[in-house]
This record gives sequence, C-alpha cells and structure tokens, in this order.
Amino acid sequence: MRIEKHPILGKPNKGRLVNFEFDGKTFEGYEGEPIAAALRAAGVLVHRHTKKGSPRGIFCAIGRCTDCVMVVDGKPNVRTCVTPLVEGMKVQTQYGVSAQKEA
Amino acid sequence: MRRYDVIVVGAGPAGLSAAIEAAKRGLKVVVFDENFKPGGQLFKQIHKFFGSKEHRAKIRGFKIGEELLEEANDAGVEVVLNAIVIGLYLDKEVTVKIDDEVIHYKADAVIIATGASENMVTFDGWTLPGVIGAGAAQTMMNLHGVQPGKKILMLGSGNVGVVVGYQLIQAGCEVVAIVDAAPRIGGYGVHAAKVARCGVPFYLSHTIIKAEGEECVTGVTIGEVNSKWQIIPGTEKHFEVDTICLAVGLSPMSQLTKMAGCIMEGNPKKGGYVPVCDEYGETSIKGIFAAGDVSGIEEASSAMIEGRIAGVAASYRLGFIEKEELEEKAEELEKALSSLRQGMFGPENKGKDIEKTDEGFEVSKNLLKKGYLTDEEVTKYPGVKTMKGIHPVIECSQNIPCNPCQDACPKNCIKIGANITSLPVVDEESTCIGCGMCVASCSGQSIFLVNEDYEEGYTSVTLPYEFLPLPEKGAKGIGLDRSGKEACEVEVIEVKSVKAFDNTNLLTIKVPNEMGMKVRFFKQA
Repeated sequence: MRIEKHPILGKPNKGRLVNFEFDGKTFEGYEGEPIAAALRAAGVLVHRHTKKGSPRGIFCAIGRCTDCVMVVDGKPNVRTCVTPLVEGMKVQTQYGVSAQKEA
Repeated sequence: MRRYDVIVVGAGPAGLSAAIEAAKRGLKVVVFDENFKPGGQLFKQIHKFFGSKEHRAKIRGFKIGEELLEEANDAGVEVVLNAIVIGLYLDKEVTVKIDDEVIHYKADAVIIATGASENMVTFDGWTLPGVIGAGAAQTMMNLHGVQPGKKILMLGSGNVGVVVGYQLIQAGCEVVAIVDAAPRIGGYGVHAAKVARCGVPFYLSHTIIKAEGEECVTGVTIGEVNSKWQIIPGTEKHFEVDTICLAVGLSPMSQLTKMAGCIMEGNPKKGGYVPVCDEYGETSIKGIFAAGDVSGIEEASSAMIEGRIAGVAASYRLGFIEKEELEEKAEELEKALSSLRQGMFGPENKGKDIEKTDEGFEVSKNLLKKGYLTDEEVTKYPGVKTMKGIHPVIECSQNIPCNPCQDACPKNCIKIGANITSLPVVDEESTCIGCGMCVASCSGQSIFLVNEDYEEGYTSVTLPYEFLPLPEKGAKGIGLDRSGKEACEVEVIEVKSVKAFDNTNLLTIKVPNEMGMKVRFFKQA
C-alpha cells in the first residue's frame, strides 16, 4: 500500500522505521506519520466498533470526523489520523469507548 | 490576555495571504491553525494550477504552498500550529485551545479563513471502513505516501472528483468508475478527459445504492436515477472495490463568523451558509473579515487573492495605510480575481447548462456525459487544425480561466488573447518547432503535438505523461483513444523529461496515419 516512488512527488519523505503494538501484535510504521497511515499501509481498516458493534475506519483523515478514534497508550478517543506515530506506541481497537469488547 | 493587531484563523492559502499583506504593512499578526502543518489543503494539490501567470498558473499546488510559506516567513508572520480557535466574541476577543489549555487573545481585526469541510451523502453501508472522503484520499496518498485503497469507485464528477480520480491513478490505484447523480460532468472537461483516456468510465445520472461488506467495503452497487432522483429498477451495476471515495462538494466552515454575530446568508452560488461581506471581505461587523472558501467555495487561486484583499483592507481599517493605497491595491487584486471568475465554470454560471462557448462553438455533449470529445467533435475547435509538419493540437473546448499555453510557445503559434477564458487558437501561419513547451504547460493536459508527415504511413503523437514507470525509447505499447479504448500498437520514439516540464514527461509515439487524431494515451504492454 505504500507508494515507493510517485511520478510527481518522488520518494516519500519519511521518518525512521519504528515498531509499535497493535492489538498485541508488533507492527512497523514510520515515526511521525499519523497512526492511521501506518495502519492503512499494514492493511488494517477497522479502527473501532461503535457501541452497537458496527465497524468504523478512516473517513476524513484530517481530524474532523472522529471515525478513526482508537485507544492509544491506554487513552480512548484518540484521533489516529492526526496523531503522530511514536516508537513503542500501544494502539488498540476501540469498542464503544474502551479497548474491551462488551460481553 | 494577549494582544495582536490582527488575528488570522486558518493557515491555508487565504489565511497566509491575508497575514502576509497585513504583516508587510507593519501590523502585528498571528495566525492560528488547528493542524500540525501550515498550508491548508495546498500541500495535497499535486496538479498544475489554472489561471494566468499572475495567478501562478502551471505551478503545482504544493509548490505554491512552499512559496507562500516562505513569503509568510519573510514577512515575519507568526504561525501557531495545533491551535484550535474555539470562540470569537464581542470586541474581537478570541479563545484558542492549545494542547489542553484555553488561551485568551484580543485583536483589533480578525480575519476568518477557516476554509470548508467536505459534504457527505448517505447510502446503505456508508459508514463502513473503506468509504472515505476524496480529501482523505488526497491526504493519504499525497501527504503520507500511502494508497487509500487498491480498487476505487469515485462518487462525484466535479473538479475534486476528477482531479482526485486522476491522482489515484498516479498513485498506482485502479479507479473503476466515476459516478455522479447529475446528468452532466461537473468538473472541467479537460480534467475529465485525462481520466477518460486512461480508461475510467463515467456513469452520469447514477448514484450509489449500497456499499457492500461486513467489516469493510468489498463491493458497491450503483444504479441510474430518474429526473426525481429515484433509482430506475433494473439499472443496477456492481463493482468489486475496496474503497469508495466521496467527492460531493464542499461547505463553508463559517461557524466562527456566525458565533461572532456577523450577518449570514444561505447562498447556493457560494456553496452554503456564508457571512455577508463587502468587496474587501469585511463582514457586517467592522474589523471582522472573511476570505477563501469560508465566504464562498472556489479554488485555492481565488482564495489567495481574497486573502490578500482582506489583509490590505484590515491594514486600512486599523489606520496603517491610507485610503489611496487600499483602493489601488484592491483594484489590482480584484482585477486578478475577476479574471479567474469568468468562463462557463464561474460562480455566476454555477448550475447552468451552457450549450455554446463565448466564441459560439457548441459544447460537446459527449464530453459532459462520457468525459471525452468524439473524433468528429474535436476537429471543430480552434486549437485543432490540419497542418504540414509538426504542430500542436489543442483539445480545449470550454471557456475556463487558463492561458499558460499562449505564453509557453516561443514561436507564438498559440493565441488566447486578453480574455484568459477564450479558447486557444492555433495560428496556421506560425512555425511550430516541436519544443513541447505548450504540452507541458497545459494544466489540463489537453495539448498534443502531431506530425502527420513523420514517416511514410506513420504519424508521431507527443503526449503528456505523468505516470510511473516511464517507458523508454523503443518501448512497444498500446495506444488508447480518448475514451480509453485500445486503438493500436504503438512504439515510443522519444521521451523528454526536462526540468522546465516540471514532471510532465513528454512521450512521443509512432502510430499508423489513421490513428494520429485518435490515439491520446500510452498503455504499457
């Protein structure tokens, strides 16, 4: 999903390749890019489930719609499309407003 | 409470331009922007802009963004990022949320340049992951270097839909269709033609019935609508896609002007609910200005001029300049603005069905319906002439504000005249040297060089090419016609990529004579 070389923009100007954790598994992404970009590049589309259980992912990608919020380092409702990725970050799918599926 | 002469809200094209003009006149200016980078949407615009030299035509949006930032820096404009303006109160008191703190500011003038937000449409499954805004697609691919999806259906054929559709193909994605409920393509014909010749079909008078998938989009069903916008049974069409992109218009983000108590109006020509402004962008409250999309949806080029006008007007309002300077500068800027607003896509013509160009040429129905000119139609326009030797063929058939081709030709073969929306005319008397500057300068990529006398039985066609991989000289491929259909086998005889072309490579291919006026795109074999 990453654009290695773009006909107009050339090679993307990215930070350091770092590890982060998504739902307990180790993922790679570039430091400083939005968490959502790293997840999309890794093929993750579902960011959260609403209280009624319906899935949500990236929609506006500029921090306006709040569809892409996730639990990041234990904090829920973090807009992943405008939050820069940091090495070792713990990202979790959000269910309602927590990282736990309701029974 | 912190004080400034002017507070600008929004560091996009309008806000930065306003701040530059005010700062240059000695005012103490601060710009707040909620994003972590300035420039608004400019850095996602990788296409060459329209207009004329004074509007920075044929320069790509992100480069204009870089220039604007440099100018703001030189003028001493202070830009505060990650700063959300949450309130605008009586006497120009402004509250700004920075991190988890709310800070109180006050200014003598406030310029609102908050831009616009994307419109949405709802349909079955529209909340599924994989349904995204066209702006999101641009952000993902052009800012973050990540494809928003692999197979994409675009809803909306306005300029955003067709431009982003083209950019998706540049990013290596497949665009399966561009769909619009309207009976006509809303964007510039030249933008539509760029995607049509790549093989993207247009479905006008169609809309999305359903996005399919459980956890994310796996397909989409569209259907034709009747004059009452209802689906006609039996017209359903299905596409396997992983992404649905919505490009269904923009709405002004005018909440702050309303909050401040400015007189507002619902104005369809301006794209929604906007503050009522005078010629300088001043709202009903003296000292509060609005510039850019917030006061009426237009292009970034016009937003920058509106911003400059507001910046100059704010300087006058606060007594930093005399009335003569305001009037002189505003007149010059308004002239530039007015030339951008002419033509069949100008605000005055919004929603109108225009059948003839200013020159009296018929507007192609096929272009409005399918995105390309037919072989018969194309020969009628003044940029298309049959001539000996190499010559430009300009397939520009609508009055749009754009004239870089006229300046690009060193031999003066191309004439547009003083009115920048006129159709380009190829002068049969002038001698084309085949330099290709016109081809590369055309923001709509609608200029080709054709040489019917290339060699016995063969015509050469030079076309703009902005994709990777770039074919090499000698490469064999398939020539596609204006509709994207395969026409014949072709051979690349020359590839030109010079700095002045700014990443628009010029590909010259050899085609059988009868294909010289048909083949308009190169597909790798």
